[in-house]
Amino acid sequence: MDKPFAVTLDVGSSLANRTGSWRVERPVYIDRMPPCNDACPAGENVQSWLYHAEEGAYEAAWRALVAENPLPAVCGRICYHPCETACNRAHVDEAVGIHGVERFLGDLARSSGWSVEVESPPSGKRVLVVGSGPSGLSAAYHLALLGHSVTIVEASPELGGMMRYGIPKYRLPRDVLDAEIAAIRALGVGVETGRRIDDVAAAQRDGGYDAVFLALGAQLARRAYIPAADSAHILDALSFLASAGGAEPARVGRRVIVYGGGDTAMDSARTARRLGATEAVVVYRRTRDQMPAHASEVEEALAEGIQMTWLSTLARVEDGAVVIEKMVLDEHGFPQPTGEYETLGADTVVLALGQEADLSAVEHLAGVATREGMLEVAPDMTTGSPGVFAGGDMVPAERTATVAIGHGKKAARSIDAWLRGEEVVRPPRHELASFDKLNTWYYDDAPRTVQHELEVVRRQTGFEEVVAGLDRERALFEARRCLSCGNCFECDNCFGVCPDNAVVKLGSGERYAFDYDYCKGCGICVSECPCGAIVMVPETI
Amino acid sequence: MTHDPVRFYQVGSFAAGNRLLDQGQRTEQSRRGRSNSLTSGHRACQGCGEALGARYALDAAMRATDGRLVAANATGCLEVFSTPYPETSWQIPWLHSLFGNAPAVATGMAAALEVKGRTDVRVVAQAGDGGTVDIGFGCLSGMFERNDDVLFICYDNEAYMNTGVQRSGATPPAARTATTEAVGPEPGNEFGQGKDLPRIAIAHGIPYVATATVAELHDLERKVERAMSIRGARYLHVLVPCPLGWASASSDTIRLARLACESGLFPLFEAENGEVVDVTKIRRQVPVEDYLKLQGRYRHLFGDPGRPDLVRQIQKVADRNIERFGLVATGAEQEVR
Repeated sequence: MDKPFAVTLDVGSSLANRTGSWRVERPVYIDRMPPCNDACPAGENVQSWLYHAEEGAYEAAWRALVAENPLPAVCGRICYHPCETACNRAHVDEAVGIHGVERFLGDLARSSGWSVEVESPPSGKRVLVVGSGPSGLSAAYHLALLGHSVTIVEASPELGGMMRYGIPKYRLPRDVLDAEIAAIRALGVGVETGRRIDDVAAAQRDGGYDAVFLALGAQLARRAYIPAADSAHILDALSFLASAGGAEPARVGRRVIVYGGGDTAMDSARTARRLGATEAVVVYRRTRDQMPAHASEVEEALAEGIQMTWLSTLARVEDGAVVIEKMVLDEHGFPQPTGEYETLGADTVVLALGQEADLSAVEHLAGVATREGMLEVAPDMTTGSPGVFAGGDMVPAERTATVAIGHGKKAARSIDAWLRGEEVVRPPRHELASFDKLNTWYYDDAPRTVQHELEVVRRQTGFEEVVAGLDRERALFEARRCLSCGNCFECDNCFGVCPDNAVVKLGSGERYAFDYDYCKGCGICVSECPCGAIVMVPETI
Repeated sequence: MTHDPVRFYQVGSFAAGNRLLDQGQRTEQSRRGRSNSLTSGHRACQGCGEALGARYALDAAMRATDGRLVAANATGCLEVFSTPYPETSWQIPWLHSLFGNAPAVATGMAAALEVKGRTDVRVVAQAGDGGTVDIGFGCLSGMFERNDDVLFICYDNEAYMNTGVQRSGATPPAARTATTEAVGPEPGNEFGQGKDLPRIAIAHGIPYVATATVAELHDLERKVERAMSIRGARYLHVLVPCPLGWASASSDTIRLARLACESGLFPLFEAENGEVVDVTKIRRQVPVEDYLKLQGRYRHLFGDPGRPDLVRQIQKVADRNIERFGLVATGAEQEVR
């Protein structure tokens, strides 16, 4: 003890003082469910592939994307992107243009020749997939990746279902579709086209399949009784659109009336315009707001000069004209006839009144239930018949390609579990990363990138793709607009803002940890985390 | 990715760091090997703005001087919570003498270093608002006048917090402190009194004066860096919210500093040789209520009946700052951004 005058203690560091003992609440890192992932009907982990894309790691991004969805180039074009409707960035400026990045990745994969390999060992099980629309293709893809031997049987001459025979080329160029289908076939998926299955049970038995996925779609055009002159030219929208995609498109004349208010009606009117009609008029019995068509479709149609006659029904079809009756909405919002009639010139009438599933193939299948013309399935896509699963437009759900892709994936997981005699184990779903969980101060201001559209004249005369893709730089910009809601993206904010240096930075990709020896539990890290990936939880004392 | 032309990095300009940014563009606080000049185990309250501000400023100064830095410290919270004998939280050479003499001590340190030919070692002095605007004011003004080679940093939490929240010359109008209670016709601190030290410092014509807050880390570090690139007397005034004295939530420390700027009550600017040379514009302007309502020291202004007249008067203070410093970007300026 040889100390200077009046000094009795050795100098020490304050590190001896474990201020963590003051704490009554502790911060904990969590992951929340981002709204985009939550909303994606195909179950994509949108945020994770955007995360890779932000770095310009496009192949990693594409691989994260196709882990869930084999059709990114298709979905990036035709999906109505509920992810963007849910996107929290819409509250800041505009939603992230997720579909643009998705499309960019899908197209880049094709031009770069990236492919997916089957890594699972062969299971020795055989699965029959009936129908090759989005749900059939999705199921086949995921089943193949899980090691099962898959055969797709398709009644039409080519694979793709409504993506090929329903969706016009100007929205989905066929080379894009062909490439993504070819990638699925390259996994060893067997294909029989031009074969229609009339009895599923017999097909399964005769083919020796261990399980069946039914994805027959909804291809019967719904009819309405409309008095018509013998010479009237009336088409249903489905066969009209199918013919437009083929070698000999239907002839439409100068003036075309499309009856209906859904996306198919929009597609039909826009297709009619491209086939030479100078006037295409959509007649719908309710108002614009009530149209089931997606707003983007209606806007694109209007931009192409499609006329809309709302609150009108088709009373009868005459030779070269239609007679429509004006409607009014009653107090419940339902259209009621007024007795006022009007005549519109019409060389062709296209009926786009919805579609129904043809369930005759499952009539002999024991145990299956149908409701309102659709096949009943449980949430895991099982039907009442063991080993038979179903999805897509033939089961009750919203009828979009992306929903169908989600069905296919879900069914593939259920089929896989069933073939192994196991239950599907779903990880617990994280709490939603709603907007109030974010601290948006930290995000740079950045308005959305505009995707260029083809000039209207070219849209009215040809089937060129309307909406252009993003180039590399714009895709990167758009990806970086992601707020990473609910999941740490390593911005170092918690590490920076802790007054007690109680956050440990673990290094790239490893995120952070709290040093509870010194964390006083002030909660600044929680307030200042941009993406809401930290919560305070009470200490157990 | 280093050659990427895209400049936008999600949170690059506001958060402490970002995995996509070059190291050089990230803040010092995002660096794993930062100095941590003020290390863990200090006895500051939960959510202390001053502890945060001191580490931000000194780590930036350490980076700017390549670690050749010494500090003088006035009495105050910062001294008390960091160095209860025999412990210290300081990881830099650090000297405490008296409440009022930190500028003079720093002057002496700078003079001694000069005599010894060690002008590579730089000197900072730091104090709270009490030590700066009241008790140390004479020494500080002298240090400014002599243009001694010292960066003086004031961590302003707007009252004497360490001794029990008594009013200082930096306490804002209407704020309740132990010595300006929320009673009578003019509750809280008086309007029209107190000292605006950044502007007093500018009036000394010293080489560099700046204001900063713990909410604008990039801004604060840039200002420290700028200050350390200059020789002579420099002054940095950092707003550091105090959960104890402001009666605010400990988690709101940074939010309050941000709202002080965004309301216009605490203008961010830089001045060189007596002239204001740069101003940080308000990004998302808010009414002063947004700032005041989060603080118990203004609780008497709200509720029923509250004192909307005093709130309006405080708004006028903010409006005056906005006008004086041009804190709100004009249309043309926004175009440039």
